[in-house]
Amino acid sequence: MSDSQAPLETLPRSLKILLGAGLLALAAFPFVGTDYYVQMVTRMMILAIFAMSLDLLQGVTGLVSLGHAAYFGVAGYVLAFLTPPGEPVSLWWTLPAAVGASALLALVIGFLVVRTHGIYFIMVTMAFAQMVFYVFFDNKALGGSDGIYINFKPEAILFDLENKKVFYFFTLALMVLVYGFLRRLLWSPFGRALAGIRVNEHRMRALGYGTFSHKLAAFSLAGALAGLAGFLWGAQSGYVNPELMGFHMSAHVIMMVILGGMGNFAGAIVGAFSFEYLLHVFKDLPAVGSFNLGKHWQLWMGLFIVALVILAPRGILGLFDSLLKGKAQHHD
Amino acid sequence: MTNPQTPSDLLLRANKITKNFGGLTAVNEVSVDLRKGEIHAVIGPNGAGKSTLANLLSGDLPPTSGHVALNGQDITGWTPERISRNGLGRSYQKTNIFRSFSVWDNVRLSAQSRTQPGPFNPLAWLTQANHMSDVNARAERAIELAGLQNRRQALAGAASHGEQRQLEIAMTLATEPQVLLLDEPLAGMGVAEAESMVQLLLRLKPYHAMMLVEHDIDAIFTLADQLTVMVNGQVIASGLPAAVRADASVQAAYLGEDH
Repeated sequence: MSDSQAPLETLPRSLKILLGAGLLALAAFPFVGTDYYVQMVTRMMILAIFAMSLDLLQGVTGLVSLGHAAYFGVAGYVLAFLTPPGEPVSLWWTLPAAVGASALLALVIGFLVVRTHGIYFIMVTMAFAQMVFYVFFDNKALGGSDGIYINFKPEAILFDLENKKVFYFFTLALMVLVYGFLRRLLWSPFGRALAGIRVNEHRMRALGYGTFSHKLAAFSLAGALAGLAGFLWGAQSGYVNPELMGFHMSAHVIMMVILGGMGNFAGAIVGAFSFEYLLHVFKDLPAVGSFNLGKHWQLWMGLFIVALVILAPRGILGLFDSLLKGKAQHHD
Repeated sequence: MTNPQTPSDLLLRANKITKNFGGLTAVNEVSVDLRKGEIHAVIGPNGAGKSTLANLLSGDLPPTSGHVALNGQDITGWTPERISRNGLGRSYQKTNIFRSFSVWDNVRLSAQSRTQPGPFNPLAWLTQANHMSDVNARAERAIELAGLQNRRQALAGAASHGEQRQLEIAMTLATEPQVLLLDEPLAGMGVAEAESMVQLLLRLKPYHAMMLVEHDIDAIFTLADQLTVMVNGQVIASGLPAAVRADASVQAAYLGEDH
């Protein structure tokens, strides 16, 4: 989070056009893609919401949480607990309940962790997430290591979420809503204060800002939005298990945010899509002799991210920005 | 400039404050009064405890013993943000700004600290920080006072050293403090820059109680109404500058023969 890493807080016109084109492509996709791919892109959009929620902490406030999956997973479990085995349950109260549960969990854990700094913050967020993980993993009443099936998608009355295309558009709408909300928040007094905390927390306190309450509010809000993503994940996949709140999930979402570019939310979306896409590419790599390349997809992903961080420290979005700027200069 | 003093002019009083770091006593039973309309300069060799004293007054460090009162209220042990909100502003010896923000954004964010809607107010999450007219007005005043009108859009980290020192002051002023603690505002400045800073401090003086930690002796005798000399964490002399200057122990310990 050095000064040189401009977070593209203000998106240049060229990038806005690119993002707009991406949105149009997403809106058109269900009309050309097969069910398999519609579901895959839905999953990408859910992860994009998850990544944006982490970006509020990681890119905007400068808090690297290594336990963000806890809030994602808990909301999925809330939906699983609230859905009876034989019938669907209403979206309109389960969604707020799940998001509220994640926000509350983040508020409680945040109250304990946001007073720590740097490496300690990373360790403590991870420790709490591992605790949540093992509470579910070791407890048969909570589904244990096998997890819980969700036999029905939530009942929305106005639209049918069992229809994969409808679910797709529902997720797309929420992703756009969350993006718009977070972009607005970025330029609110609260968002400016969070950016100030990232750059120089000590000075913020000397200026009279209660940085504890700001970080706690950001942590809770990020938890709530992670919960929104976790709820959608549970509803879409029809299944929750402790892996959703596990260490790997937390690490993956950090990679998504780094991959796309931090601090502007658009990068988080690009990062989530890229990560999921690369995951498929790497997993489908063939076997060479007795060595199965695809089985070791995490190795290739790791190498890719290391290369990207070295070559394009502002992430894929930053890379696009540089390329577009380069082009514009050629035209001049 | 004489100033008729009333009890209400006394804005900050430090009473026998001490700070121990393990076996080292960095500040030893130091008492300081800051009055509105006065500049109280604190001088002393490096390691005398001047910056530690400033940190004790601003809440960056809690004192080991002793008390600090701001506007008659005991603020000992308060957090820096609470002390700041109660009317104390400070600048730092080592430039302490938001380097990746523009000059304007530095000052605007400083001014915003006084009209916080609070981080847990969801309605305020949707207002736009740039459109808060009271904040903008306060930031504009501070920018103009500090003489940074032409540098609003400059990146703070890329501004000249002198401008960054001016920005330190502008940020502090944007919080509209009654008490100003300025830690070496002239450090590293050229002659012209230092002169304009001295003029700025003189303009601010009537409206604030100021403590000025400074090495520049000429500036101190231009500015100070009260002078305290610290050596090894202790006050060796305090009073009117002329009297302190004549003090034999001060001459021996700090000012040297040529002063």
